[in-house]
Amino acid sequence: MISSFFAPLITGVARSAAGFCLLATLALHALADDASLERRALALERELRCLVCQNQTLAESNAPLALDLRGQIREQLAAGKSEREITDYMVARYGDFVLYRPPLKSTTVLLWVGPFAFLLGGFYLLARVLRRRRIGAPQLSDADRSRAAKLLE
Amino acid sequence: MNKAGWTLGVFAALVLLLAIGLRLNPREVPSPLIGKAAPPFDLPLLQQPDKRFSEKQMLGRVWILNVWASWCPPCLVEHPVVTRVARAGLAPVIGLNYKDAREEALPWLERNGNPYQLIVYDRDGRIGIDYGVYGVPETYVIDRQGVIRYKHIGPLTAEVVQQKVEPLVKELTGR
Repeated sequence: MISSFFAPLITGVARSAAGFCLLATLALHALADDASLERRALALERELRCLVCQNQTLAESNAPLALDLRGQIREQLAAGKSEREITDYMVARYGDFVLYRPPLKSTTVLLWVGPFAFLLGGFYLLARVLRRRRIGAPQLSDADRSRAAKLLE
Repeated sequence: MNKAGWTLGVFAALVLLLAIGLRLNPREVPSPLIGKAAPPFDLPLLQQPDKRFSEKQMLGRVWILNVWASWCPPCLVEHPVVTRVARAGLAPVIGLNYKDAREEALPWLERNGNPYQLIVYDRDGRIGIDYGVYGVPETYVIDRQGVIRYKHIGPLTAEVVQQKVEPLVKELTGR
């Protein structure tokens, strides 16, 4: 959290330091690399669910397992693994459930389509009720109308 | 169908849906590891740190892997059940001591008894991650080919053993 907040600052410092001396630049460039790694790690953590406290992302959770998994993400990113490879690693162990955006496949169709199906169903019911209400409005005959007109006079 | 019938039908469907939803355990994440080869490990033994053990040594046998830790209260709860399973001699029960400290785990075993054939020591929980462990205790049934056939999350109960573990192990061993 904090480190990602300071990430632009660190890179900014790294850039201005380039004018001062080569050594400092090199050291700070390493820091900037760390910052970009950190940013990528955080982005991944926000996409993955903590399995211990299921309504939190890995980034939010302080469960020991979440700490371990965050460590795994950083370690694998540092080793040059891609985001895709890391999410595959997580899915292979914990299933699609770890993804906050699960893929669309036969087992998750209901999850993706369900809410829209309910919405459509709701619209259908609403339309039916409205139509029936219109048909159900009292039909006045000419005799009724003249009686009403007389009463209103 | 008339209106009352429709309304009743929709209501009944909703009740059914909610009833099923409420009965499901949201903590039971379906494991993608079922039907897959047990992830490989080569870990030191808890009691003999100089010796190592790999899941490959169990190839050709049906066995049970029980993940536990001394810091985990439900592990203590299931311990009598695990002990009973191990004593019944249904299948060898191997322990995986998960993110625990030797100094804590060994006295725990002394206090509560050691039903395990042997226990591997996963100090940093790395193998636990490979096995998709997220709530200790967890129990796996692994077949002769080294394939995970069943996984139970949370404490083993007599019912689970009777209804799931026992029949499966018997089927796998052909007994």
